[in-house]
Formats: sequence, structure tokens, C-alpha cells
Amino acid sequence: MNVPTLTIAGIQEGLRSRQFSAAELASEALKFAAAENPKTNAYLLLSEERAIQAARNVDAALARGEDPGVLAGVPIAVKDVIVTKGLRTTCGSRLLEHFVPPYDATAVERMEKAGALIVGKANCDEFAMGSSNENSAFGPVRNPVAPDRVPGGSSGGSAAVVAQGTAVASLGSDTGGSIRQPASFCGVVGVTPTYGRVSRYGLVAFASSLDHIGPFARNVHDAALLLQVIAGRDARDATSAFAPVPDYRQSMQQDVKGLRIGLPKEYFDGLGDETGLQIRKGIELLRSQGCEVVEVSLPHTQYAIACYYIICTAEASSNLARYDGVRYTTRSANAKTMIDMYRMTRGEAFGAECKRRIMLGTYVLSAGYYDAYYLKAQKVRALIAGDFQRAFEKVDALVTPVSPFPAFKLGEKLDDPIQMYLSDIYTITGDLAGVPCMSVPCGVTREGLPVGMQILTRHFDEPGMFRLAAAFERAGGFSV
Amino acid sequence: MATVAPPLATPEQIAKYEPVIGLEVHVQLGTRTKIFCSCPNEFGAAPNTNVCPVCLGMPGALPVLNKEAVELAMQASLALHCEVRNTSIFARKNYFYPDLPKGYQISQYDRPVAEHGWVEIELADGTKKRIGVTRLHMEDDAGKNTHDGYRDSDSYSYVDLNRCGSPLAEIVSEPDMRSSEEAFQYLTELKLAMQFTGVSNCDMEKGNLRCDANVSVRLKGAEKFGTKAEIKNLNSFRFLRQAIDYEIARQVGVLESGGKVVQETRLYNPDIDETLSMRSKEEAHDYRYFPEPDLVPLQISDEWLARVKAGMTELPAERRKRFVEEYGLREYDAQVLTATRELAEYYEEAARVSGDPKLAANWVTGDLAGMLKAEGKEIEDSRVSAARLGELAGLIAKGELTGKLAKEILPKMWESGDAPRAIMEREGLKAMSDTGEIEKIIEQVIAGNPKQVEQYKGGKTSVIQFFVGQVMKATRGQANPATVTEVLKQKLG
Ligand SMILES: [Zn+2]
Repeated sequence: MNVPTLTIAGIQEGLRSRQFSAAELASEALKFAAAENPKTNAYLLLSEERAIQAARNVDAALARGEDPGVLAGVPIAVKDVIVTKGLRTTCGSRLLEHFVPPYDATAVERMEKAGALIVGKANCDEFAMGSSNENSAFGPVRNPVAPDRVPGGSSGGSAAVVAQGTAVASLGSDTGGSIRQPASFCGVVGVTPTYGRVSRYGLVAFASSLDHIGPFARNVHDAALLLQVIAGRDARDATSAFAPVPDYRQSMQQDVKGLRIGLPKEYFDGLGDETGLQIRKGIELLRSQGCEVVEVSLPHTQYAIACYYIICTAEASSNLARYDGVRYTTRSANAKTMIDMYRMTRGEAFGAECKRRIMLGTYVLSAGYYDAYYLKAQKVRALIAGDFQRAFEKVDALVTPVSPFPAFKLGEKLDDPIQMYLSDIYTITGDLAGVPCMSVPCGVTREGLPVGMQILTRHFDEPGMFRLAAAFERAGGFSV
Repeated sequence: MATVAPPLATPEQIAKYEPVIGLEVHVQLGTRTKIFCSCPNEFGAAPNTNVCPVCLGMPGALPVLNKEAVELAMQASLALHCEVRNTSIFARKNYFYPDLPKGYQISQYDRPVAEHGWVEIELADGTKKRIGVTRLHMEDDAGKNTHDGYRDSDSYSYVDLNRCGSPLAEIVSEPDMRSSEEAFQYLTELKLAMQFTGVSNCDMEKGNLRCDANVSVRLKGAEKFGTKAEIKNLNSFRFLRQAIDYEIARQVGVLESGGKVVQETRLYNPDIDETLSMRSKEEAHDYRYFPEPDLVPLQISDEWLARVKAGMTELPAERRKRFVEEYGLREYDAQVLTATRELAEYYEEAARVSGDPKLAANWVTGDLAGMLKAEGKEIEDSRVSAARLGELAGLIAKGELTGKLAKEILPKMWESGDAPRAIMEREGLKAMSDTGEIEKIIEQVIAGNPKQVEQYKGGKTSVIQFFVGQVMKATRGQANPATVTEVLKQKLG
């Protein structure tokens, strides 16, 4: 078996035909991950014991002639903002350096029930705040494609482990592009499902109304299959949707003849040459598959970044209040009074980006500013969602770039937070509108850096999104 | 900056002013489980044992609204004559404190579950007054910090999160009260309404009912409200009265000395019977409310509201009215018998069994109440059941027992738990219904007391009481005194 080239279908075939056992696969994958990790720092922890136990369960089920589940034996990494029972979950933060959760996230529970092997916890920006994975308290992640470059963020580790082949798939989280942007930087598939499609129970909150759990994989089929397992109503998340989960495999077999694709004109102004070139090639390929391509407008796009950074920081300022030194967090050793416990613990342990966002969010919610900032941002959010709704009256899907530029160098944008925020420009609107969106690989630049194409569809139209993505992949779009 | 506080106002000074009082009352809803998780909503477990990731505010845990809590809040709203909103929104109230593990309380802000209600109170002169209820909203309770009682309490505080996530209804009144007595009446009626509907047991000692007061004073006749102070920690009915009276005297004292009342939060200290400044307006928290993104808006359909309304027990005021109209009770007795839901229910059962509601009322408020008081028991602990007491009253009503006999039998019922009829049979006690036998005894008594007969015939008719007493003694109380009196009058001519 060759771990870095395995797919879910390949593993199922290998297990069925007894080419390898799940236990063999687990130890092979873990060995490979341990060997590769120093190159990227993509894993914060490898969970040998848990993965091997799960693999033994799969082998036992197979021996009894039982169905071991659709993810049987699949090595999967989990972003470290998603809690895992008994496995330290740091959120990339010093504050949770020693936090071992007493429970599993619903998505993790569902994956393991389907036979998945949790091989480790993936590095990420602290509390999922960042676009380069340089905000992790445990060091940056290097892009497996170009080690002097960032893997993107905040789910940098989740993208990197799939790109380097140490996991077949992974879970990430997306609040403003944290799945799609690293997927595009690392050349893998990354999916942000409709808001409410996957339970957030166990996803450590950054901005609750924008947070999504979603899968990374090396191909569209694997990503869809993983989503299929983790999607669906969960009584433990009041915002999770009741809508039934359709069989995504069926939609991926359909062709795309006659589908109407919209290109939002606001997303193609000022697009970098190299990225623009690859995306345009990708669009031509879709046209050649019978898609009808039309220009559309999402007129409120220019307000998206301001709107996003008000809402997400407001929610973050509240969500991060619980890391106060009282319970599971580390506590400042210098604190002698209660007020000092709060100030010193948080002042010493939060990284710069978290502090920046907590302060911004506290400010926009303050008495006298709420209406001007938070309330207005919510109104703008509704306008942006309205833009999408009107566009989807005319077209079946929107296609855009994921990022204005490919993976940048480590340290390149670290001192310029505004520049870093602007790199989210094409991805945050999907989160604000709550529509499903994904990044599929769409060729590489002259330097060999991957480019990602974004596909967005109507609420809960993941089948339509996967249909288009799978057709693009079949037509050779990944290597445009 | 230490300044000497002006002296408290004299009664003459206070008389020039009108106090304006509003109350904020927290009622713990008597649900089986907490408001956002499935931990038991119980009191008294070992510290930090009634907890789970949700109420501990663990990273990644999410709240899910408890339907029972919503229904109890709906009942509370209806009991206070509030309008229940079809859509209400939960909001986060952000502040730091060790007993608040999430760093925010999940409450309701600009769209509470219910608004625009009222509570009717009775003033000293017998007139009724309606106190407006501004709003009722739902929220989760915090835990408890303990600052003493541990070996290292000089350097550490202990946090118990068992209470964390207990469901609360906060009920905010209009500033409609004008004295501590009115505030007392309002809280009494509110508590009764919550108890009658089964929304909460309102045990103040356990913190199931907590009260803060907003107090200001203005010169009589003035239209504008004075500057208010919020008084916290009014956790008994007595403290409520004392604290408000103290605060009125303090504020009038400040004004009469030429000073200004400052807007602030004050804490009542019952040990010294004073309110003390806790924090000024400048130090007040900015709670940075915003809609709770982890919960969807609470939708209450008209059908759901109607269903909850149909399942509600009668409110105390309604019950009181019915007792007067249906059973012919006096206002006062109706008031006494609706003091608690248990008492009202006990009485109604006894009245039903007896067939004579007025007589049953006399026995519940009279002899039975005396026996309960003697043993320090509440009606729910009565050793005589409502049905048994009803039987006893029924026997009197049918003439099978005299009141005097019943008074002998009731303590025996209390002791043995037996039915009144069983005791009557065992002890040979029953009302004498054979008039022939009564006549015979009366004749004997008349024959044995010629001197008294002389007096009676001489015009001293009050002597008849002497004869009644003699006859009752001779019959061991089994004769009906009314019958005896009548026969005596005939015989004595
Ligand atoms: Zn709980």
C-alpha cells in the first residue's frame, strides 16, 4: 500500500480484497505521518492508540462479515479546534495547551461510527483566526508543495496533511474562508457546507453565526463522502438544519450540460495575472462540458470585508471570554487577585491576532456603538445574502477564484493585518450568506503553486456543487 | 474620597416626599432539567457534580433550549397577565466573573418572551391597585462563589457550578409602587401566582426567589422622577421592607441636607440594616448585549400558547373570587384559604366531601389550623387528610355530630389517622337524635334544680344557659344544643 496515494474507494477495495488490514494501514499511516511531520509541523498530536483501536474494530467487523462503515479504515486528521474526547485539543493556543476535552464533537463521533481512524490533531491558527497558519502558538505550518510558503489558514494543518498524504482526508473549520483558502494554497479539495448542514457541537467557537465544519480530501468524491457522513440534524446544535441529507454520490455521476454558471464581475476585478489565467482556463473547461457561462453581479461585495470583520470580531470577543484562567485554561502564575487573574492570563497567553479581534469586537458591541457597527453590519449581511439569492434566480452555480494570489511566503504578510484580511475577499461572502461553497484545484502557476477555483450554489444544494466539481475533475480540471 | 453621609431623614421630612419603587424579581423555574442542558435542576448536590460540558461552558459545547422552561415561563407570563410574544430572541449579556463559566449569561434583551402585564395588590384601605409588569424574560443562572469556610479561604475562593444553567424568569415591574408596603404586597402576590401555577416553589432561602429594588424619591406633587438607586440582595420579605424604608430615609436625608442622590447600585446589609454603595454609574458594567448566535429565535405559536393556558391551574385572585361567590365565604376566609396553593386545594377537597363549604372553611381555618400551628406544620404535612376533615364537617352538617363532639374527635383523628365514624363507633359518641330520650333527661334536670326554675319563671331567662349546660353534661355532649334549648323553653313554659 502506498499511503500518500490512497483514496477512500481504494481503501475500501484494499480491505475487501484483504490486500491489507485496517490495523496495518493505521500503523503505516501513523509511521508515515511521524516521519513527514517535522517537514511541515502540520500535526500537533498523533493519536496512535485511538487510531489503532478503531482499526482493530474495523478488522473485527470485517472478520465477522459485518459492514464496517463507509469510512472504514480511512485515516483522517481533525483540526485542533474540534474537540476529541481524551485527546488534547489546543485550538492552537497557549491557553488550552493542557486541555483534554471530556467529549467528542458530533462530527468526530459520526466519522468514527462510520469506521474512520482519527490519526491526529491538525495545527491551525489560534482559535481559527488567521489566513496563513502563522498565528498558531505551536509554530507555523509549512506548505507541503512549497516549504518556504504558508499553507493558508486557518485550517492550514488540515490542508497540509492531505496534500502531503499523511491523511486521506481531514476536518477543518471555515468562518471566512479557512477551509477553501488553504485548500487552494495546498492543491486539495476543501468544502464549506451550507450553514447548519454539519453540527457545530464540539467545534470550539470563533464566530458562531459563521463557523462551519467541513472536509478536506484529495478528490471531490472523497470530500463528498466525508460530508455525507458528518452532515445532518443534531439535537445538540440548535442551529443545525432539519433538511434531509441527499445521496451525494448520485449527483456526482450526472453531466453538467446546460447548467448555468454565473461569474460575479466583482470577483474578477483586480485579480492577479497568474491566478486569473488559471481560473479562466477552468471556466473554459466548464464551458466545453456544456455549461452556459454568464456574467452576474453581487453588488454589495465591496462591503463584505468590513461587515465580516465587525460580525466575526463581535462574536469572537464573547466566545473567547471563557478562557479566563478559572477552569481548564492555563492561569498566569503572576496573578495575585481576581482581576489580575483575568488580565494577566489573557494578556500573557493570547496571541496578537486574538487580542486584536477581541478588542475590535468589544469595541463594536459597546454601548453607543452597537447600532453604528454591529446592527449595521447585520443589515449589510442581509444585503449580501440577498445578492446571492438574486444571482441564484438566474444561474445554478457561481464560479470565482478562491484567493487573489497563490500561497505567499512565510512572514510575508505577518506585519500587515489589513493586507491579510483582504486576502479573504472572495471567500467571506459565502460564509456571510451561509451558502455551500468549495475549492477545487484548478492548475498551478508557473512556479508550480496551486490555484483553487471556488464553486458556490444555493442553500443546501451541495448535490449541485458536487455535480459541477466532479464533472470539472473528470474533465481534467485539476491539472488545467 | 471619604465623605460623611448626611443623617437619615426624620419622619416629618419623609412625609414631604413620595417614594417611587420598581422591583426586579428573579424566579427559578421548577423544571426537571436545566435550561440549556439535561443536567438535573436540583439543589443540594455535592459541589460541581450536577454539571456537563454545556453548563460548564466547555469549549465547543452548545446550548439547547429546554421546552419545559419555556412552558413554565409562558405560564408565569400568563399568571402576570402579560402578552406573550410570538417571537422572542435570546441575547448574550457579557461580563467576567468566576461563577459565570461562559463569560456571558444567556438572557433576553430587546425582545423578551412577554411584556405588558400587571399584578393587583390590595392597599390598607381596602382599595385595589394594579402594579404594571414591564416584561418577563428567560435566562440562565450563574454558579456560586464561596469565599469562606475552607482551609485556604484567605487566599482562594471556591466555585460551585451546580446551579449554573438553572432556568430563571426575570420579572421587571413598572415604577408603580409608592411604599415599602406596596412592594411587599406586590412581591407577595407575585410569589403566590408563581406558586399557584406551579412555576416555582419560590423558596427564598434556597434562592428560588430573588429581588432587587429600584428606589427613588420625589417631592409630593412633583412629576419628574428622582434619581434612582438599585438595591440588591433583598432576599427575604422582611429585608425588602427594611431595605426600602432605609433607602427612602437615606435619600430624603441626602436631599434635605442639600445634597444630590447619585445613580448607583447599593447592597443591603441586613446585619446593620443599611444599604451600602456597591458601584457607581461610571463603574456600571457595559454588558455588550447582542443576539445569541447559538440559539434560533424562540417561536411561540398561538396554538401552543392556548394549549399551555388550558393546562394552567387557577390563579390565587381568581380562586379567592370563586370561593366568595361559589361557597359564600367571607373575603377574609377566602384570603386565608388561598395563602398557598396546597391550602386552597386542601380546603376545596374538604369542602367537596363535606357538602357544606362554609362549615368546612371554619374547620380548616379554626381547629385544624390550630393543630398545625401547635406542631409547626404546613397544610401539606397535615395528619388529617382533606377528605377526612370533610367527612367530619359533613357529619356535623347532617346532625350526626355536634360541634362539641367533633372537637373531641378531631385530635383523635390526628393521633390515630382513623376516620371520624370509626372513632365515633369505638367511643360510642354520636349526636342524640332520639328526642324522647332528650326530653327525659331535660325533665330530670328541671326536677333536680327547683331554685333555678324559680329564677327563670321570675323573669331571669338567662338561666336557660345553665340548664343547657346541665343537659349537655348529662348527655356527654351528644345532644344538639339548639334542640335542647328549644325543648327547655317549652318545658319551662
Ligand atoms: Zn449541564
